[in-house]
Amino acid sequence: MTEKTTPLWEVFIRSRTGMAHRHCGSVHAADAEMALQAARDVYTRRGEGLSIWVVPSAEIIASDPSEKGMLFEPTASKIYRHPTFYEIPEDVGNM
Amino acid sequence: MTDALFTYVLRLADDAAILSQRLGEWCGHAPTLEEDIGLANVALDHVGQARALYSYAAEVEGKGRDEDQLCFLRVERAFRNCLLVEQPNGDFAQTIARQLFFSAFMLPFWEKLTGSSDATLAAIAAKAEKEAAYHLRHASEWTIRLGDGTAESQRRMQEAIDLLWPYTGELFEADDTVSQLVAAGIAVDPQGLRAGWLATLSRVLEEATLTLPAQGWMQTGGRDGRHSESFGHLLSEMQYMQRAYPGRNW
Repeated sequence: MTEKTTPLWEVFIRSRTGMAHRHCGSVHAADAEMALQAARDVYTRRGEGLSIWVVPSAEIIASDPSEKGMLFEPTASKIYRHPTFYEIPEDVGNM
Repeated sequence: MTDALFTYVLRLADDAAILSQRLGEWCGHAPTLEEDIGLANVALDHVGQARALYSYAAEVEGKGRDEDQLCFLRVERAFRNCLLVEQPNGDFAQTIARQLFFSAFMLPFWEKLTGSSDATLAAIAAKAEKEAAYHLRHASEWTIRLGDGTAESQRRMQEAIDLLWPYTGELFEADDTVSQLVAAGIAVDPQGLRAGWLATLSRVLEEATLTLPAQGWMQTGGRDGRHSESFGHLLSEMQYMQRAYPGRNW
């Protein structure tokens, strides 16, 4: 199977109600329906999922690794932006 | 009635066990990694069904045998599975055709069996129904992709449909065992599933640009223990462990 007939799809699984979908891997598939099927078979075999998203990998817009200094380093020195100066009540649950 | 129930449950168990063995043969050999895992999933669903059914058959029989003894220590002629499930994997299209024919039958079969007056069978059916629904979707989507795919995939898919078609008649056979249990509200009358089965196949094959074969001559014999030539080889592999190390478990 070639990339042309079975392109790559990124797979996102939501494991519980209230949680966000999380990226868990990728599959090759001919189309969206087959990608969902493959994602179900490969990534939800042990009861991991309640919902699946698949997205064509080619549609993902990624940041340029060479720009990581500009994009991410400035935040490293700004400790006051981290929400660590107050306590979150237990009842809030998943943030 | 006990004999009939034992035979009936054993047939269902053998169908599931033998199909799981065939599907398991794909493990490490399927055309893609995704499908390798997908077919193994389907195989494991059938292993689960087979275990529940063999355990129940052993209980009904009441002779002290267990699921392992029924699955791994019976000889070829004692197996009661239909011929369809034992057919060799062939190419991927043949495996998909076998899955399509079988799951299109088993989904409505399990749905009906959930209404069985036998509580154990009804409970097994309720679990198997959801599995069969996915098996049918999986086989249908592949049939459509291969049929409505390239010239070669279409040729192979049609050849697979034609090759396995004569093994589908057995699904609808109703001998004394079945009739007796249908009358008691325990079993499903397979004749009542034929129209729905044909409708499912027609819908899938039409979308797949494939042709449903004419009714024609049908193979038979599996329910009486008369199997295909390849069946002995399947059993020798499936039963190796229990025969080499009797009573071993893990």
